[in-house]
Amino acid sequence: MSDNPFSMWVYLSQSPLLWLTVTLLTYAVADAVSLRTHRHPLANPVLHSMWTIGAFLLLTGTSYTSYFEGAQFVHFLLGPATVALAVPLYENRKVVTSAILPMLVALAAGSVTAVASVVLLAEAVGLPRTVVLSLAPKSVTAGVAMGISESLHADPSLTAVAVILTGIMGAITVTPLMNRMGITDFRARGFAVGIAAHGIGTARAFQVDAVAGVFAGIAMSLNALVTSLLVPLAVTLLLH
Amino acid sequence: MIASLSLILLCQLAGEVFVRGLGLPVPGPVIGLMLLLILLMARDRFTLLARGPLRGDGVENASRGLLANLSLLFVPAGVGVVQKLDLVAEHGFAFLGVLAISVLVTLLVTVATFLAASRLMARGRPPP
Repeated sequence: MSDNPFSMWVYLSQSPLLWLTVTLLTYAVADAVSLRTHRHPLANPVLHSMWTIGAFLLLTGTSYTSYFEGAQFVHFLLGPATVALAVPLYENRKVVTSAILPMLVALAAGSVTAVASVVLLAEAVGLPRTVVLSLAPKSVTAGVAMGISESLHADPSLTAVAVILTGIMGAITVTPLMNRMGITDFRARGFAVGIAAHGIGTARAFQVDAVAGVFAGIAMSLNALVTSLLVPLAVTLLLH
Repeated sequence: MIASLSLILLCQLAGEVFVRGLGLPVPGPVIGLMLLLILLMARDRFTLLARGPLRGDGVENASRGLLANLSLLFVPAGVGVVQKLDLVAEHGFAFLGVLAISVLVTLLVTVATFLAASRLMARGRPPP
């Protein structure tokens, strides 16, 4: 047993146990608040967990590397969760197959808009070229986006920041925006948030409606494919 | 439970091997998703496959459990962003503004295209 609290802290802050516990506990609280507010868009559990833990790490002077030692177990499950999307897809296969055509058209329009809008806007406000390139793949899931960013010789860590911020913004705005527009087709709502805001948007869609979640998952997967082909092309066309 | 998780991991593993082996620009788990989907549909056709995790909602329940907490899985990556907020501060509000507008435009264009296409399809088809 350690004789002073500081050496106890030094020991714990280096062990995966502490940071895994902090991650799960913070999320459990954030998710309970989200449930209590009937899944209010601003009570987004990812947003509130990330700044709470971020602030805690800053206050305790803990490096992200030591935090990730524990958090990696949670992070790892992103892959299996993607595979698990097969189940809702299977259960809703009739709804999905009857909507293949609208999905393909919306995929083409959405993925082009996601890349072109951010590149043109970033150019227009005069952001440096490296930043523009790093922003281009921001609507796809982080792993894929960072790969694209690397192949463009941009800044993958800036890309990761843009990807997460995009996901949070999409997850927060989608419900009020679609309600304001009077759009009640949950297939379309889910598909849009999957294209614009990848997995974080998909997680939000599953909170709102199961069918929306399925369409968001499909959109996210297809967009990862299309965007990795589209970004190099768009960059050559739009920037010269 | 363990068998169901193993099946999910196995699909992901096969997906990764497939993608790396062929050098495709596709994430491995997406191929894993397709594999699991094919397995689930094949199970309905061939009763021989309906055993272990593919029987009695095994893999279905494990998947639902994972997806019910999908938000949690983004927290570790999100915390990484909080540590890099200096990158955002460096480029100021223009950075956040560009992202916000792009998200809204993408949401609107995608939803409008989806609805327009599905209305066109419904019109081409006789009412049931």
